[in-house]
This record gives sequence, C-alpha cells and structure tokens, in this order.
Amino acid sequence: MSVLLIAEHNNKEVKPFTFNAITAASQIDQDLHVLLIGSKADDVAKSLSEVPLVKKVLHIDHEIYENYIAENYTAAILKHADKYSHIICSANTFGKNLMPRVAALLDISQVSDIIKVISPDTFLRPIYAGNAFATVKSNDEKKCVTIRPTSFEAAETTGGSAEIEKIDAADQSENTKFINREEIKSDRPELGTARIVISGGRGLQSGENFKLITDVADKLNAAIGASRAAVDAGYITNEHQVGQTGKVVVPDLYIAVGISGAIQHLAGMKESKVIVAINKDGEAPIFSVADYGLEADLFEALPQFLEELNKLNTIQK
Amino acid sequence: MKILVAVKRVIDYNVQIRVKEDGSGVVTDNVKMSTNPPDDNAIEEAVKIKESGKASEIIAVTVGEEKAQETVRKALAVGADRGIHVKVDGTIEPLAVSKILKKIVEKENPDLVFMGKQAIDDDCNQTGQMLAAHLNWPQATFASKIEVNDKSLKVTREVDEGLETIEVNTPAIITCDLRLNEPRYASLPNIMKAKKKPIEQINASDLEVDTNPRIEHIKIEEPPKRKAGIKVASVEELVQKLKNEAKVI
Repeated sequence: MSVLLIAEHNNKEVKPFTFNAITAASQIDQDLHVLLIGSKADDVAKSLSEVPLVKKVLHIDHEIYENYIAENYTAAILKHADKYSHIICSANTFGKNLMPRVAALLDISQVSDIIKVISPDTFLRPIYAGNAFATVKSNDEKKCVTIRPTSFEAAETTGGSAEIEKIDAADQSENTKFINREEIKSDRPELGTARIVISGGRGLQSGENFKLITDVADKLNAAIGASRAAVDAGYITNEHQVGQTGKVVVPDLYIAVGISGAIQHLAGMKESKVIVAINKDGEAPIFSVADYGLEADLFEALPQFLEELNKLNTIQK
Repeated sequence: MKILVAVKRVIDYNVQIRVKEDGSGVVTDNVKMSTNPPDDNAIEEAVKIKESGKASEIIAVTVGEEKAQETVRKALAVGADRGIHVKVDGTIEPLAVSKILKKIVEKENPDLVFMGKQAIDDDCNQTGQMLAAHLNWPQATFASKIEVNDKSLKVTREVDEGLETIEVNTPAIITCDLRLNEPRYASLPNIMKAKKKPIEQINASDLEVDTNPRIEHIKIEEPPKRKAGIKVASVEELVQKLKNEAKVI
C-alpha cells in the first residue's frame, strides 16, 4: 500500500517542513503520494510534482480551502484516505492541529512527533521533552504519524515529474471561521530553520541590552532566540522562546548567552550540532551541554565576539 | 454556560527525568507529581470566564489512577465547582482518553471543553483534537487569547507563522497555550473549601470504552549523551575553535 503525505503550503508555495516530512514518509514506503488541499494552488502542485521522491500528487482545488481549517482538511483527507497504509504530516502547529482529528475519526492511535523511522510500524520518538526516547510499535492496521521536521533532511526539490491528479473536495464545516493571520515579518532567518541561532537569557538584564545579541545575529545571519526567563521578564517577545514550551531548534550552531540552562530550555536546544555557552557563572548547567564554554561577563564578551567575527571574512551567509 | 475542564497528573516540570534501567519506562516512584502545566491555564481561563459572569458552572475531570484525583482537587481549590474522576489503571492513550471524555461530555452537556494543548509526559498533543473529532465539534487549539461571545468564541492561536484568529461556534473544544494567562495559586481557605466540594468517581470499565493500548512501548532509553565539551579561555580562542575546529562560521 502507498503512504499519503499531507502538504503544508500557503497556496503559492510549499512550506519548507513539508520537504522534511517527504523524506521521512519515503523511508516508510517509497510509493509516496502527496495530498495538496488548497485554493488556486496550481503552482504548489507543480512544485510538489517536481520532488523526485514524490510518485503522485493528489490535488483538491476549492475555494473553501483558501485558509487552512483543520475541520475542512480532515473531511477532505478522510474522503481519500482508504487506499493508504499511512497518513503522514509534519509535527509543527499545522500537523499537530490536524492529524489527531483525522486519527480519531479513523479510530487510530496516532504516533506523534517521530524522529526516526525504524520500520513501517516502529518509530523512535522523544518523550518528556526529549529527556527520554521511546521506541514504539503501532499495532493499528492503518497508521497516522507526525514527523519532527528538524530530525529529517529536506528532500530534493527538483528533477522529478510526478503525475498530478485532480480529486474532489469534501463538505465545509459551518462551525469554524478563519478571521486573520498576523505573520511575524522579519529579515532574519526563521528560528525553527536557521543554521545559526543566538539566544539571550535573564543575564541580558534588559530589553535594550538584547541589541548586543542582535548585532551578533546580524553579523552571522542568525535567528534570535531567548530563554523563558527573558521572555517572562519582558526583554523580548514570546515568538523567540526556545525550550519545552517554546520552539525546539536544531541549528548547526547554537549560542546561549546569559542563559543558565533550565531543564525546559535545554529540552529546546540540546540536539543542536554545536553549542556555545557564554555565562559568568561557571557552575551554570548550560555548560554541561556546551561544546565550547566561555566563562565571562557577556557585556564584555559579546562586543569582543563581534569584533573577532568582523576580523574574519569567511562567514557564510 | 457550562465549562468542562480536563486535567492530567504528570511528573512535575522541574523534576529531572530518570529512565529506568530495564528500559520499561521512567522513574515515577517518590517523584513529585503536579498538574500538567497548560492544564492549569485551562482551569484559570474557565475560572476567569465564570468570574466575568459568562459561565455558571465549572466541572474538572481527570482520567487516571487513584492519585490522579489530586489534580481535580487542585482545580476545585482554584475555582472549579465540582469534579469527576474516571478511574483507570495503567497506560492509557490519548485516543482512549478522548473516548472517555466524550462519554462525560454526553452526560454533562457542557458548552465548552478546555484542556492544555499538550501533556508534558508523553508529549502527544492529541486529546483535545480527538475529542473534537468524536463529538464533531469545532476545535481551537493552542489558544493564547479567548473572547467569549453569545454563541461563539473568538480564539487567537499560537501558530508557527505568528498568530491566527478563528471564530468557533459553541459547543467547542479549546486547547490552551501557556501564554493564555497566568494561573493563580490556591489560597489556604480555598484549599480547605475544596475539600468539601464533591468529586464523582466513575470506573472507566463502566463507560464501555475500549482502553487497551494500540501502541507498544518496546523500549524507553536515555537520549544519547553529548560528549563532554571544553571551556575556552578567551573570545579569540572561541572564534578560532568555531572557525577551524567546529567549522560552523
């Protein structure tokens, strides 16, 4: 049987995590079909058909799908789910909202947020905010699985030419209405996908002092993160929060500045490839996960750091 | 308006999780337990709505072993009017919990059901959406702001791109984000009063719900440990290491 991946998009382009989910889905079964539910999203269908790992694109085009509403998406998925052994999507706010609704109506116990495919029915997933890993086997005949996007490489996006099949829409829910979406606009890379993240904690002492972080972020083309303590103290807005209750990030380089390293924060960043900690308290728990620790006053270290970076001319954008 | 709030008892968020040596689970003996943090936000929001005069009754419900009752008692101490404890032993998956909650909803007929967006033990993030599906009710997940109107709610949701606002007709399921509000502490007099509030006990087996797990936990293990790092003496050394050793800048 084939696997069905639900694409996330904005009717103009595919959202990047979909490509990570495609990689994971293809590890479950190579006969991978992608379901695109949208309104006037022909460009998205074309992009998906060019992904070499995708064998077929199923395209539902109807104005009721102009905005993503879980109730409407669920009805559309259920209409076409019969032929598939697995229904898959990314475990971001899109998939977390959607998949359990689908799973419940199929009477399936969903496997959430997997970080590894061990076999088509067995997966590795973090529990307790990544403080333990569980190997789980689903005994349901059909499976609903969500994928932690940062644990899988993004699939190649060009070179393929999958067939695009138009299929029927389902009924619209009358009890949920989309009103608006305020997207946070920024010239910086997105926190969840940035190659480098620099985060500040309570050690910054004020919102103004976050400029020290911003300056380094500009130089490194990094995303800006923060600990919960910094967010709670009002130094920075909560969309920057990294941790169990904020975003989980896995950049190539994570720089924690003035962050002590509470369990909740570590849960959001300790899978980063290289971790740097700058903190004046040499006993801070953050040093236990840092590859490179610098015991120093951040108000002296950050300007120096910027100066040293300026001396290098090899920084990759 | 009647509000049902579902709460779960979990290992306290400040406890360092330890994995059992035989790989069967995590250590829970003699470990501090508390209410799942976003479930506290769910209770708080329900109490605020009642205080504003828009709700008449709050019922707190939990599904779990004998001691899970503590979370219901805590909800009563911060303002819920009465409690329901559905007793079940052993592992119970979100799918089964959602089926049990459906039975409770059918019995109590609330206009709104609140719960946390995710439990911090299994991190599944499923129960609210599954309950909404079983009831064919609208769902507003990851709520960070709620405006209660006559027959609908306007809910602002925390999504990856920023904030999304939707309107759902009641009855509806709302799952709460930690940013929704600041949960209050129970005062001592209210804790005393809560001891007199009723908690109805129901056996899950009497509800005719299949609670058998569908997912086998083959092994629970510690995540791979990071290799020990080094301390650098200066900013210069740090930058050199990042450039020449780690090759990340």
